[in-house]
Amino acid sequence: MEKHDFNQVLQLSPFHERIDTLGLMKNWTSWNGYQTARIFDTLAAEYFTIRSSCSVMDMTPMEKYRITGPDAVTFLNRLVTRDISKLKPGRVTYVVWCNDDGRVLDDGTIFHLGEDGYRLCSQHHQLDWLMISSLGMDVSIEHETHDIAALSVQGPTAYSVLAAAGFTKLDTLKPFGILNTQLNGFDVMISRTGFTGDLGYEVWVDPRHALDLWDAIFEVKQRGLYDVRPIGLDALEMVRIEAGFIMPGDDFNTAETTIRAGRDRSPFELGLDWVVSFDKPYFTGRRALLKEKTEPIKRRLVKLLVEGNKSPTDSFLYDGKNGQRIGAIKSNVWSPILKSNLTMADIEFIKGELPKEIWAEIYYQKELEWKSTWAKCSVSDLPFWSHPRRSQTPPDQF
Amino acid sequence: MKNYDAIVIGAGHNGLTNAAFLAKAGLDVLVLEKNDYIGGATVSRELHQGWKYSNCSYVCSLFRPEIYQALDLGRHGLEVVPIQGGATFMENGDYYGNYHQPAVRRREIARHSKRDADAAIRFDADLMKWCRLIRGFLLRTPPDPTSFKWRDAMEFASLLKAFYELSESQIYEFIRFFTMSIAEYLQEYFESDVILAHFSGGSIIGTGLGVYSPGTAYVLLHHAMGDVDGNVGSWGFARGGMGSVSKAIASSFKALGGEIRAGAEVKEIKVSGRKATGVILASGEEINAKIIVSNLDAKRTFLNIMNKKDLPAEVVRRAENFKIRGSSGKLNIALDGMPDFTALEKGSPLTLGHMHFSDSLERLERAYDDWKDNKWSQDPYVDLIIPTQFDPTMSPAGKHMMSVFVQYCPYDVEGGWTDQKRNAFGDTVINQIANHSPNFKDLIRHIEVRTPREIEAEVGLTEGNIFQGELTLDQLMFNRPFPGYAQYRGPVKNMYMCSSSTHPGGGVMGAPGANSAREILRDLGKENTTPEDFGDD
Ligand SMILES: Cc1cc2nc3c(=O)[nH]c(=O)nc-3n(C[C@H](O)[C@H](O)[C@H](O)COP(=O)(O)OP(=O)(O)OC[C@H]3O[C@@H](n4cnc5c(N)ncnc54)[C@H](O)[C@@H]3O)c2cc1C
Repeated sequence: MEKHDFNQVLQLSPFHERIDTLGLMKNWTSWNGYQTARIFDTLAAEYFTIRSSCSVMDMTPMEKYRITGPDAVTFLNRLVTRDISKLKPGRVTYVVWCNDDGRVLDDGTIFHLGEDGYRLCSQHHQLDWLMISSLGMDVSIEHETHDIAALSVQGPTAYSVLAAAGFTKLDTLKPFGILNTQLNGFDVMISRTGFTGDLGYEVWVDPRHALDLWDAIFEVKQRGLYDVRPIGLDALEMVRIEAGFIMPGDDFNTAETTIRAGRDRSPFELGLDWVVSFDKPYFTGRRALLKEKTEPIKRRLVKLLVEGNKSPTDSFLYDGKNGQRIGAIKSNVWSPILKSNLTMADIEFIKGELPKEIWAEIYYQKELEWKSTWAKCSVSDLPFWSHPRRSQTPPDQF
Repeated sequence: MKNYDAIVIGAGHNGLTNAAFLAKAGLDVLVLEKNDYIGGATVSRELHQGWKYSNCSYVCSLFRPEIYQALDLGRHGLEVVPIQGGATFMENGDYYGNYHQPAVRRREIARHSKRDADAAIRFDADLMKWCRLIRGFLLRTPPDPTSFKWRDAMEFASLLKAFYELSESQIYEFIRFFTMSIAEYLQEYFESDVILAHFSGGSIIGTGLGVYSPGTAYVLLHHAMGDVDGNVGSWGFARGGMGSVSKAIASSFKALGGEIRAGAEVKEIKVSGRKATGVILASGEEINAKIIVSNLDAKRTFLNIMNKKDLPAEVVRRAENFKIRGSSGKLNIALDGMPDFTALEKGSPLTLGHMHFSDSLERLERAYDDWKDNKWSQDPYVDLIIPTQFDPTMSPAGKHMMSVFVQYCPYDVEGGWTDQKRNAFGDTVINQIANHSPNFKDLIRHIEVRTPREIEAEVGLTEGNIFQGELTLDQLMFNRPFPGYAQYRGPVKNMYMCSSSTHPGGGVMGAPGANSAREILRDLGKENTTPEDFGDD
């Protein structure tokens, strides 16, 4: 059996050759064990590539599982809290799944691939839990993370760029839709999905064609038509908070990894009521969640806007200046497009109600001297930022 | 006929900002604009099909993020993308590349002078000290200096002392800085000709001064005190052109219930019993309001749309003497493709930023000499930028838009401006660019050439002065526009100013508009809707 080269700590993605050339900062991190760029060149430019033109990100490290077999849909519908029995072939949907106590294990997306079954994408490693959940069912579950290369192409000109790269029929592809197509003789799957809240697509290919796909997209820039730039994880982190997407493991502790009591979260505590369907007869965690639903909510992850310009990283939250502590900031970003501090914050509710006032105590540093200040906060029910172009079909042609 | 709570004359970005904060406080506000389009000098127009120009202002840094946030301009479509790169091309075929990566930039400065690379550290820190001071004043109404004994520089210094507890020696440093020429100032740091030239450009933009004229060091500060997302001194590009700034403010204003009428030139501010009561339009229509705010420069406000009889003689005299000399021109060019620059290799990131062709202080000074002689500079200082390299909204795919700001171009050219002379001015600039870019001329599809004459006629900036009044010490802070009138209140009751002729001056900043709204709301006893400074400390 093949042994591991222990000097090669991080695995290389099929796009590595290109990423290594364009990754001027050599600023690497591990994403699911893959060597992944945090920043290629400058963060601000990468951020604006997503919001202003066309960004490309390697999302190969995203965990992917193929689910096939007669019981595939039954299996998935028992796994996740959302009713996916009506998910049509060629469509994608956002899901979360829980343990028996109704605590969230992870979130992800399910792709209905038609005759090829389903693809489940997740943030974390889920094979063990998927196998446990499939006991007694006629279903096959394959880990296919390493067998599929994927690029996320996001931004207002994403459509124009892909069209210029030779992809036809994208004009009618609606959000959460899937298109199976070809480029220069190899198969490509394109879904209109993403983590940016913007117009965008995810493009999936056999790793053998990964570089061909990359080159076809970047050739559009070479031809002088549109600006196309690679982006790293740091820029993605900025836009996903703007778009209001949660990150399991950062915004809340996943149930499987939770050791201390009370550190895991239910979908309701994450503001994910809309993906829990009690209409379907059974799903893992249903009973616990039904019970939780009858009680006043104890806490919730909220989208919290923090006034001023001081970064509230890891700040504690209070119900008044110098008041009772009621929570903490889990992730935050200075949004260049909204000129605001946007955060995901875990907040304790009082008798099922959001505290009337929320204040952050912020510690910040100028020239190595620490100071603290108070900033007023407000909860946003809608994503901080969303743009009509995200769902406009056909998208604008630039 | 309807009576408004407030009328703002002029839909420049400051007029719109002012109007938005008044509307936010619940006032019924009407903005009247003489042109058929809004924005004043913060405007993007499609003059050649498929191409949008930033016809006047072209880059953004001074605009206060507090205003951006308070008026929710991001949701109203504004996006300011930081600019990277830039270069000063040299006559000998070399260049200074203003690389965006600090490590590369440092090596690049060192290529011209090792010592300058280190001096840049001292220079940056010193400049930041002054920036920090001045930034704290932007969203404030200048204090009334009558309680101070010293005049001008010393008054300013005592303010700084009061606000920032500066030491005696720092104050002297600051006064020196305020009264120095940029050439002298930079020579205390740098030795390389091209580095000196590159860093001095921002000090002459929009001024009737040369690199060796006292007072130009401050103008550098005026160009360095802004920021993009906290990066003080950085500049950004508004996606869709500078018109996106005024469009977003207008959209926010309308969402707050405001009303804008374009094509509505105001002829006169009506005054009765030493109180402003309304306006008379060029069409003869009269509209009344409790408050009248002028977004026009101080000269136009007091000499063109107010009756001298209604004004104290001192105000008329000060308005007549207000320094507002025009010195800048602008070319906006639609290009069939991306021009090559001989000195740069293909794919160089330097083309993404501001490009210049003046490689020595001497050349810059000669450019100024021409202006003093009522000629446009034969070897001008230009600030050239091609935003379509990253902005997909201003030209068709694969095509480009070039914005060229030109210093110097006189208002009173020898013998007076004609269309022919304007085109000859354009040719001077085009030839300078073509010297460094062989395929440039072949790529030109359409050009808009603007001298101070066009800028005055279209935007109503007197003499085409881009800042609505020069940025010299005698016209800054509590002296802007005139001593005694720096708190946005006009010489008659219920009449206010909100334009770049007031503190903190010209540039796309929004601060005059917001500061003025704060004073108006205070006088009305209304809730203050204008934001407080985020603070740098
Ligand atoms: C060529 C050029 C380049 C510049 N480049 C930059 C830059 O890159 N970055 C930067 O920050 N700043 C730049 N500036 C400066 C900046 O654009 C101005 O300082 C700023 O836009 C002025 O805004 P304002 O609202 O104070 O006044 P204005 O924009 O002058 O607005 C005044 C408005 O009043 C209207 N008006 C005039 N008379 C009447 C009347 N009688 N009735 C009704 N309406 C009337 C005008 O049409 C106009 O819309 C530039 C300016 C110019 C001219």
